[in-house]
Amino acid sequence: MKRITSFGILASTVLAFASPVLAQTVFVSTQLRPIEEATVVRQDLLKDAGKVDYVVEEPPQFAVRMEAEAKAGKHTVSLVGALHGELSPLADKDQLEPLDNLAKKLAGGGMPQSLLDLGKLGKSTQQYIPWMQATYVMAAKKEALQYLPKGADINAITYDQLIEWGKNMQQATGQPQIGFPAGPKGLMARYFQGYFYPSFTGGVVRTFKNADAAAGWEKLKALWAYVNPNSTNYDFMQEPLAAGEVMVAWDHVARLKNAISASPDDYVVFPSPAGPKGRGYMPVLAGLSIPKGAPDVAGAMKIIETLTTQKIQLLTASKVGFFPTLNVQLPPDLDKGVALLADAVTKTQAAKDAVISLLPVGLGDKGGEFNKVYMDSFQLIVLQNQPVGDVLAKQGAVMAKLMTDTKAPCWAPDAKSDGACPVQ
Amino acid sequence: MTQNRPWIPYLLILPSVVFLGLLFIMPLVQTIWLAVSDDGAPSLANMQRMVSDINFMQSVRNTFLLTIVVVPVQIAIALAMGTMVAKIGRGRETILWIWTIPLGISDLAAGLVWLSILQNTGYFNSLLFSLGVISRQASWLSYQTPVALFIAIAVAEIWRGTAIVVMVIIVAGLNQVPKEFKEAAEIFGAGPWTRFRKITLPLIRPALQSALILRTVLAFEVFAVVYALGGRNFPVLVGEAYNWQNQNQNYSVAAAYAVLIMVISLAATLVYLKAFKVDPERLP
Repeated sequence: MKRITSFGILASTVLAFASPVLAQTVFVSTQLRPIEEATVVRQDLLKDAGKVDYVVEEPPQFAVRMEAEAKAGKHTVSLVGALHGELSPLADKDQLEPLDNLAKKLAGGGMPQSLLDLGKLGKSTQQYIPWMQATYVMAAKKEALQYLPKGADINAITYDQLIEWGKNMQQATGQPQIGFPAGPKGLMARYFQGYFYPSFTGGVVRTFKNADAAAGWEKLKALWAYVNPNSTNYDFMQEPLAAGEVMVAWDHVARLKNAISASPDDYVVFPSPAGPKGRGYMPVLAGLSIPKGAPDVAGAMKIIETLTTQKIQLLTASKVGFFPTLNVQLPPDLDKGVALLADAVTKTQAAKDAVISLLPVGLGDKGGEFNKVYMDSFQLIVLQNQPVGDVLAKQGAVMAKLMTDTKAPCWAPDAKSDGACPVQ
Repeated sequence: MTQNRPWIPYLLILPSVVFLGLLFIMPLVQTIWLAVSDDGAPSLANMQRMVSDINFMQSVRNTFLLTIVVVPVQIAIALAMGTMVAKIGRGRETILWIWTIPLGISDLAAGLVWLSILQNTGYFNSLLFSLGVISRQASWLSYQTPVALFIAIAVAEIWRGTAIVVMVIIVAGLNQVPKEFKEAAEIFGAGPWTRFRKITLPLIRPALQSALILRTVLAFEVFAVVYALGGRNFPVLVGEAYNWQNQNQNYSVAAAYAVLIMVISLAATLVYLKAFKVDPERLP
């Protein structure tokens, strides 16, 4: 009897551990990681996609895992969901299955060709299918609006007005009230690539160290006087906003959502400020890819098709605050906070002076070092108060080397280049 | 028994040697190679990259400064705590148990505990506000308050790491000092300070040496507490290795940092071994 029991326990243990691996399609994602969001994915979004094991992975670990599976030749992952920039190194190493048939089908079903083209990652075949998108906006507590400079339209705010606004708030409350996510896990590098540089210089790489850039950095230093010094500890701006540490903040919509959804009546959400060259903004795009050698390609295809149906795309928007890649209208009964964010995104895209900054293509696994150039410049110029010209000259050389090493061509808003994007 | 079969001791330690060889020596060699090669050829490019990085000098300075401040304070506190608890009869176990609580908490959790105390909306500010010392939230952990940030990190590190020194010194050292020596010294008229300096201190030397090596090596590897409290405001060596590995995705420069940390730790251990010459008869 005892023997049978122990055998039974052993057998059920083996089954419990072995069966999910055998029967389920493993879907690894760097997006929708927090437990609430992952639960939504498992229980709502993937309900009709068959048996799926939805696994979340931090971006650095994701890169390591994909590299390890490719090198070992033993694949467990059938589908990956990750940001454009995280999929780019995989495409670079030819580790992704081409998805052209699926892309053709989706183009017929209302996915904009411009988005699908981004999914080619500069190659001739479709590397990923656009899954969901987002961007960065600003949010302010309504009580901050009384300090807005006279005549300023919050939906068309400029850097000069933002600086004056910050000054007014500081004078009234005695504390700097603007916040940026410049902490170790914050997305500050994206601010420079998608917002600061396009707004002040009309470029990202070519214009890295020119006179416009130097003038822009001086302006940022002026703004930083009214920025909460704890910004270098902030990762998600929803936290300091909700805690009342800052009244005005810039961040990714998904990183503002919790604060705004919790009390939508207390906030206004609006586009990022404009500089002399326009109002820079950067779309965020997450995509779905099938790694080469995936154990269950058919299951993965089915998940992609499910996640790109109109119904699930709208459900994704209302539940987790990432917007559809299909060309669809958001429903009127949307979560109030998400509706505020969506409205600001539409206003950003529709702004007359909008300067779109596309996602970098061709940097391969140097995306992290590309970010570092901007963050190092920020640290030296703004935090350590070093001369702008010297810092830009030095960091410009680092940038130029990075570009020649990766041979990455220019992307918008920079003018196209033959070969590596030059730093002028 | 072992005289007939001299290979038995070797056989018995073989598993641990193989284990260390596989899981320690091999990755170590790989890491060193990663640090001193570029595209498969020997090169110092990664080292140069590391040294010329904007955070390098700062992280070296911060790590050493933290070690120099934290370790002596920890040893002093541990000695005081150890001597005090030696006089206690009943309840000694309970006190020791309470002292070891920080040992049971992970580094990062300890960092987060201190973060909840010291952040803008933390307990410390609430206390100061209720006492009327400050009229609005004050920042202690920002890049504009480097001294406060340093003190905060040092205090958190001292809180977290002192327990292990206490345990080593008490369990291995102070407990071993024979009572007779102290009694004899007392009869000859030695005061408490003289007894401590002339009897206790020399006798706990081996334990002190172990504690110092342990704490110093750990102090050079400080990371999670600093990461939680200082973020990018207070670069340290291990933090930089982490950033190069995780954020910049450049494993070679991360390996260069790892090698540098290892060299520093080995050098510190060597210095202690030389500086505290322990009577070989007292070694285990």
